[in-house]
Amino acid sequence: MQTSAAKNSAGAAIGAAPPGKSRRQERERRLRRRSVIVATISTFVVLLLLVVLIPMAPGWEKVQKAFFNGPILIKVFPELLQAFLVDLMIFAWSAPIIALWGLAIALCRDARGPALFPLRLFAILYNDVFRGVPVILVVYLVGFGIPGLGLPRPWNSPYLWGTVALVLSYSAYVAEVYRAGIESIHESQRSAAKSLGLSHAHTMRYVILPQAIRRVIPANMNNFISLQKDVALLSFIGPVEILRQAGVQKSLLANFTPYLAASIIFLAVTIPATRFADHLIARQNKERS
Amino acid sequence: MKLQLHGIEKSFGALKVCRDISLGVNKGEMVCLIGASGSGKSTLLRCINLLEPIDDGKILLDGVEISDPDLDPQPIRQRIGLVFQSYNLFPHMTVLDNVMLAPRLIHKTSQAELRDQAEALFVRFGLTDRIGHFPDQLSGGQQQRVAIIRALAMKPEIMLFDEVTSALDPELVGEVLDVVRQLKSEGMTMVLATHEMGFAREAADKVCFLEKGMILEEGPPEKIFAAPREARTQEFLRRVL
Repeated sequence: MQTSAAKNSAGAAIGAAPPGKSRRQERERRLRRRSVIVATISTFVVLLLLVVLIPMAPGWEKVQKAFFNGPILIKVFPELLQAFLVDLMIFAWSAPIIALWGLAIALCRDARGPALFPLRLFAILYNDVFRGVPVILVVYLVGFGIPGLGLPRPWNSPYLWGTVALVLSYSAYVAEVYRAGIESIHESQRSAAKSLGLSHAHTMRYVILPQAIRRVIPANMNNFISLQKDVALLSFIGPVEILRQAGVQKSLLANFTPYLAASIIFLAVTIPATRFADHLIARQNKERS
Repeated sequence: MKLQLHGIEKSFGALKVCRDISLGVNKGEMVCLIGASGSGKSTLLRCINLLEPIDDGKILLDGVEISDPDLDPQPIRQRIGLVFQSYNLFPHMTVLDNVMLAPRLIHKTSQAELRDQAEALFVRFGLTDRIGHFPDQLSGGQQQRVAIIRALAMKPEIMLFDEVTSALDPELVGEVLDVVRQLKSEGMTMVLATHEMGFAREAADKVCFLEKGMILEEGPPEKIFAAPREARTQEFLRRVL
């Protein structure tokens, strides 16, 4: 909405139609100018209502102090940023493991022949279970359950089992995306590879997978953006990452603003990442048409 | 005889696609399969290449049965080149990599030697300037020529062509047919499913007219085209010529 308005106003700023413009161009120019005016007015009205109406609510002053407290925001921001590094670290080592393990699951699901049936069964069950259970439950069950076996250090680390929980859950989603990609490759590619005498494994490795993985990069990016947010779930089993740190600050300061600060930090990463994924999808759609 | 088909039967579900097809192809011979769409030409070629298992009958290559379901089809497919109507090049590889992929994985020759062999093929078919391009940067005719080169890179003993000019703009058909002519002059054994009647008439050693999965009539092109015996053949030729 805003970006289109910005574009439109840029178009309108070019000014009056130079002589020699066709009637169609002249009409489009008029329409553009009108839509810019409408967009500007409606945006202004909505903002005005928000600014006027929300502070009229009876609890606004309390909410403002508790959630939108400027000095507290500035105070906790550096510490939260520091804690966010833990999230980034967990993400950095989880993501490649998920990418590989997800691919392995997708390939198991595609395994052929009766001898490999257990692999296929495993992949189907795996996907059903881990896509069906909320990530937070997997984090709890793995993160508390396995160290509960009384393992010695470092095998009781919440970082380790938290990572395992994320890998278990997210690989299931990533595997489904890979599988969709593998199935989207036209049968004629398989035929061509087979007709040259390539084995099933070679066909997969050199013909199908390179095309399939490339095709699902945008879809998988969305999975990894979700992962980036869900790393915060590990706060429930121990690691002092950003959500946990924000919780600590909230208790110390008796104020919710640290949560707002944490949200801002997440947005700073996820918004550019989502835009990039959208850009990739748009480019892919353009290539295909 | 290079290739022999004996009583090939093939159905997809209830649909019979090949009925009791028998055919012999001598070494260096070019056989054209003609007939309406859906008459079973393409399926027959896919059966010869073992892409489709046959239900009954026998396929012999150099007198040895290759259609035995207990045999590993891979080494057999390497001896039989197949070119598709829609080229089916691998879009994520350069043209050269398309051609080198199968020899690289299957023949244990050195990379340099493989490259030399591939480049020699590009020289032979006049496509050297396209070697580093990706398939979508080529015209349909060029892509189809690359697909032929890719099949030839495996040094097949026999080549099958499945309506290789049907997807092409009319002005690009000639360059592909020229490649087929060149292969014939070099002594390659070939079976073509084709709608190019002029080409079949001029270049084929034998023409088979298929209808409803059966070879209704076969013979030298001058006989099939000038004096077809069967009423169905006459009707088909009247429609397409």
